Amino acid sequence: MTEKLLEIDDLSVDYETARGDLKALRNITFDVNKSEIVGIVGESGCGKSTLISAILRLIAPNTRFRSGEVRFKGEDLLTASERKIRDLRGDDISIVFQDPMQTHNPVISIGQQMVDIQHRSKANKAEKRATAAKMLGAVGIPDPEARLSQFPHEFSGGMRQRIAIAMALMSEPDLLIADEPTTALDATLEVQIIERLKDLQRDFGCAILFISHHLGVIAELCDRVVVMYAGAVVESGTVREIFHHPKHPYTRRLIECDPGHIKERARVLPTIPGEVPDLANLPTGCIFRDRCDQAFERCAEVPPLTRLSDGQNAACWLNHAEEPA
Amino acid sequence: MLQFTLKRFALAALILVVAVTIMFLMIRAVPGDPVSIMLGPRATPELKARLIAEMALDQSIPKQLLLYFGGLLRGDLGVDVFSGREVTTIVFEQLPHTLKLIFSAITWSAILGIALGCFAAAHPNTWIDRVAATVSVSFIAAPAFVVALLSLLIFAVQLQWFPAIGVGEGFWDTAWHLVLPSLAIGLSWVGYIARLVRASMLEVMGESHIRTARAFGLSERRIIGIYALRIAILPVVTVIGVGMGFLLSSAVFTEIVFARPGLGKLVIDSITTRNYPIVMGAVLVSTGLFVISTALADLINALLDPRARTNA
Repeated sequence: MTEKLLEIDDLSVDYETARGDLKALRNITFDVNKSEIVGIVGESGCGKSTLISAILRLIAPNTRFRSGEVRFKGEDLLTASERKIRDLRGDDISIVFQDPMQTHNPVISIGQQMVDIQHRSKANKAEKRATAAKMLGAVGIPDPEARLSQFPHEFSGGMRQRIAIAMALMSEPDLLIADEPTTALDATLEVQIIERLKDLQRDFGCAILFISHHLGVIAELCDRVVVMYAGAVVESGTVREIFHHPKHPYTRRLIECDPGHIKERARVLPTIPGEVPDLANLPTGCIFRDRCDQAFERCAEVPPLTRLSDGQNAACWLNHAEEPA
Repeated sequence: MLQFTLKRFALAALILVVAVTIMFLMIRAVPGDPVSIMLGPRATPELKARLIAEMALDQSIPKQLLLYFGGLLRGDLGVDVFSGREVTTIVFEQLPHTLKLIFSAITWSAILGIALGCFAAAHPNTWIDRVAATVSVSFIAAPAFVVALLSLLIFAVQLQWFPAIGVGEGFWDTAWHLVLPSLAIGLSWVGYIARLVRASMLEVMGESHIRTARAFGLSERRIIGIYALRIAILPVVTVIGVGMGFLLSSAVFTEIVFARPGLGKLVIDSITTRNYPIVMGAVLVSTGLFVISTALADLINALLDPRARTNA
């Protein structure tokens, strides 16, 4: 039996706004096992970023946890003390954020920032600098000792993202959360970062929660995938199953719309018609009903995320075909 | 960095030249015959003629200006019309008193203002923030001369905790004499700096790199005190640099209220007697002070912000 590292169980998160509560996440459930790479995929605004900030409680003041648990090694992080959460941050759980251009402090040298985040280590400053230089070398920054004294604006975007990865891996975390780490980069750099993450995952043995809207990257890197739509999990399972036998119409459409998937020359790229529903004013029934070409009467009821054969989960009545509710 | 420094000081010199020219022209636009006012009832035609020749008032304005800049380059600001002493000597006698006043005021108000601003920003929209805001705004609203008079009445006259007038001798006595004037000048700056730091701090605290610092478990104290403050302080440095001009003008009131010697008192006294060389000398030094402090503020910013260094 594989060991569960992170269990997200029925998590619901709202944002309190002037227009009323924005239901950003609804009944999210999935696990990340030890040393496993799990991808979260979904279009912009589907709650991917809210989810990762909720895990480490790096949340905006108007965030409200409505239900559920986020268990890390069996302990619920949502009810843990502030002290306990801070002990986990950057030690057991590290995050690489989305925008490499904004992620480092602009007026503190990279070396100093990398020394500062080793605040739990008893090593002296010279040793900490040496560790920092070693990590920069490991992510492929040339001449790392000299570059420690440089400031973020003296590095390119790709280098800054690799520095962010080096910083996140320095404490040898059990879980690395990567929030669209390649979105701000060009395609060649993207490949480099993905290769680097794979190597590092092999070397350090950490689990990775990889957030992306890029299906090709997910397929390349991950063991399992969680597909999110408008703040809910619509499908989850192994990469192979999800990509070859999607069980939810949204996943199917998402794969059809992926430019990497399109073989013939097309004048117009395929899209999913319709818009993501307003999360402050949710429609009844299945969240995807309005955009789904296979919707039927039963979709007026919210379909539960149900475990199907071979470990795949999907939230769609099509999979319940003949059975009564 | 060297190139940045040189450029900045070249600009400072240019500003100084323009400022001195404007001042020189303005003082000559003041109505009334300076020679008659200076000499008063003692004026005889011979005395008048001698004074006009001494001050080169018979020359054209551009010629006078040229002569003045010529003297300036040699370090000669002319002589006091009455005593015949060098203007430079007189001005530099008074300068330290004003400098002590201004620097003590800006030091205590910057420390208190930054602390208050950080404290408010660390607890945004709580009662702590509101109390800090109320205190800051009431400090800003209090004009220096009112605070000077009130503090003089309460702490010097009524309670007799502090001396009312003069500058004192020796370190402790001087410091003791500085308390009330420095309070008068600095009080509104506490409020001003606190508001500025709070706004600037809240903006920085919302930036992504602060979230990164939190994600690595850095303590909130380190995040606010170093990671955020090092950025939030940049506009404050600029404002203090420019604020030296305002401090100099509030120093004028304060020096009169507390009967302290200093540049402000010197300027007022010499304007009333049309003592041109002294007015020009004092104005030149205060303008120089202002220009140097703004240039220094830019240099400090460049030291604090590596991005400013490379872009300059």
